[in-house]
Amino acid sequence: MADFEPKVVAFVCNWCTYAGADLTGTSRIKYATNVKIIRFPCTGRIDFMLLLKSFANGADGIIISGCHPNDCHYTSGNFHAKRRWIMFKELMDFMGIDMKRITFSWVSAAEGARWAEVVNSTVARVRELGPYVSYQKMVNTHIEEEVTNE
Amino acid sequence: METIKKLIRKQSLEKLYSTLSASRKVYAPVVAADKRVEYKYNPAYAEVTFEHIQSTLSVKNVVFPKVENLMYYTNNKVDSTITDIDLTKIPEVVLWGSHPCDNSAYDVLKSIFCWDIKDEFFAKRLEKLVVIGLACHQSDAYCFCTSVGLTPNSTKGSDILLSKTKSGDYIAEILTEKGNAIATASPDLFENANNEEAVITEVKQTFYHEQVTEKLKTAFEHPFWVANSLRCIGCGACAYVCPTCACFDIQDEAKGKEGRRYRSWDSCGFGLFTLHTSGHNPREVQSQRWRQRIMHKFSYMPDRNKSLGCVGCGRCSRGCPVDMNISEQLQALQNI
Amino acid sequence: MSNIAAKAKELLESKAVQVVIGYEAGPTGVVRPAFVTDPAKTDSLIYNENCLQNLAMYLTKHEVKHLGKMGIVATLPVMRSIMMLISEQQVVAENIVVLGISDDGKLLDIADMNVMKAHIEKSNLGNPTKDQEKLAELNKLSLEEKFKFWEQELSKCIKCYACRQSCPMCYCIRCSTDCNQPQWIPVQANTQGNIDWHILRAMHLAGRCISCGECGRACPLNIPCHLLTMQLSDQTYNYFKVHAGTSVDMKSVMSTFEPNDKESFII
Repeated sequence: MADFEPKVVAFVCNWCTYAGADLTGTSRIKYATNVKIIRFPCTGRIDFMLLLKSFANGADGIIISGCHPNDCHYTSGNFHAKRRWIMFKELMDFMGIDMKRITFSWVSAAEGARWAEVVNSTVARVRELGPYVSYQKMVNTHIEEEVTNE
Repeated sequence: METIKKLIRKQSLEKLYSTLSASRKVYAPVVAADKRVEYKYNPAYAEVTFEHIQSTLSVKNVVFPKVENLMYYTNNKVDSTITDIDLTKIPEVVLWGSHPCDNSAYDVLKSIFCWDIKDEFFAKRLEKLVVIGLACHQSDAYCFCTSVGLTPNSTKGSDILLSKTKSGDYIAEILTEKGNAIATASPDLFENANNEEAVITEVKQTFYHEQVTEKLKTAFEHPFWVANSLRCIGCGACAYVCPTCACFDIQDEAKGKEGRRYRSWDSCGFGLFTLHTSGHNPREVQSQRWRQRIMHKFSYMPDRNKSLGCVGCGRCSRGCPVDMNISEQLQALQNI
Repeated sequence: MSNIAAKAKELLESKAVQVVIGYEAGPTGVVRPAFVTDPAKTDSLIYNENCLQNLAMYLTKHEVKHLGKMGIVATLPVMRSIMMLISEQQVVAENIVVLGISDDGKLLDIADMNVMKAHIEKSNLGNPTKDQEKLAELNKLSLEEKFKFWEQELSKCIKCYACRQSCPMCYCIRCSTDCNQPQWIPVQANTQGNIDWHILRAMHLAGRCISCGECGRACPLNIPCHLLTMQLSDQTYNYFKVHAGTSVDMKSVMSTFEPNDKESFII
């Protein structure tokens, strides 16, 4: 486990968090390189299925981040997202999928330092949790058992 | 080969089971926590049930798995490499305790999968399969094997057919060379049969399948279909639990440069099944899909494959969320 | 003649409706949906404690709609489904006559949607007691135990989609799972794909599920998939104080918001 480097995917909105992450860079703040950022027009556009796809494709942790409430470029995208996340979180808790692996956050375009902190704390937490074995094992077993009868 | 009749004592059956499971995979019925009967690979003998009327799912998956890999591929922009499935890896399987309806379904599946071009995957699995059937000593209101030309103790498809006697021992009819090989390997377990009598359930005949087939020739536009499928909700449960339904979907699933092609069960009950890319759907509404299901089994298959697409196990009716009872419908069809 | 049969006969004779959707007993004694169009044949309609199927799913089925105005035997979950379908503009209130059934099996006089609304409002809108108990039991488990439970249950799924098809709220002409660009849900029935499918289904029913439990009943493999949507019904009420299917002009929980929606996990 010592050499485990977590893979973390970040789904961020174009207008706040992505710009915030840009600022982190231009401010020359160092942060964990484990994160792969995917830019969306708005948090309201981030389908929960993308999170499941990430886990299925080997992510160990996920960050979802957008504009602070009332700051949405499209006025209400993040409010809609918030309701969806609440339901999603409750469902995940009920099904036993570890929500400690997912960070939901609001990071504005001015919060470069905060973005570094969000990423660092998420990576540290996921590092401690280790690879998401229970989910990835399920993915990789496919249906081999049925196919080869082994 | 000529049928050989032997007797297996209750206590010998366990020995036969352990002998078989020592060298091969045995697929046998067990009672699940929710009282359903399901088949499992190599369950402990104590778990195996001999008292089941019918499992929820059929056992067609031993020859036609719900998902089967057809090939693996890697794609490097310029060229691709294809890796075939190693069919020699398909293991020998003993199917234990499946009923005559299920066992006779292999001929039906064969008439589809080996109709013109032999499906290697199916054929190999069938070749490696030994069937130790169990004649039915009990049945329920959904069973209708006698209406489709079978009986609760049909030997079709079995290599050895067991029938329970009053004393709890089993008569073993050894029907094929495969069956004989098993019997001769454990000669001390198979005693000579005297005149023990098997307990066989009675299944009432409810319709004549020849008449249904005849009726269907002119029934395509009949109002029967709409009237009798109003309650059908269009799920695929009937096709997925059916021992003879053979429709499948082929998909490619890729991750990066690597991928695999597989086939998985499909159902004509789904609206998507016949949806064209253009948006046109030749079977637009559920009544047409229900008609397809009946027509396929009782008209098109007798016509083209020279086999009836139904073995009367009754699973589709038991599993249907809205009680689309197929034998009731066929009775009604016979009389339209 | 039962009250329901008499009422159905009256409706069909007066041509107030062209079809009555109710329950009948099949040849094996199993209760199933019945569609009566002939006033002389209403005698087959029955109602007893086994009449559990949510008939509201037929209100959006092409061939049933095609018959004309519909009368429908409706217990509380069916009434709530009708409310939901009207609020989502899938059915028109004027095309439906509701033969309401009270909790103790009596025929109610539901003259219009306002009467129905009043009846629904004074009913118990939580999940059925039996399911409530199972939910409480599951909620007590650890994360690992919950995952194991659902992994085990959902590995049985054969993707027959009986859960989707039996649900009155799953009326989409094209379901997300039928889309292949992108392929959200794998076509094959493997455990991970099954889990994805049931998450997708539950999420799309969040705030819309009326707790009838039909999906779980329809499942040929007895997967308790209704618990997923019921859990979200509970949570919808916890967070937003809304019960689905209580008014014809209800706005969907998941397509509206309040600026002060409370949560505690977003940093």
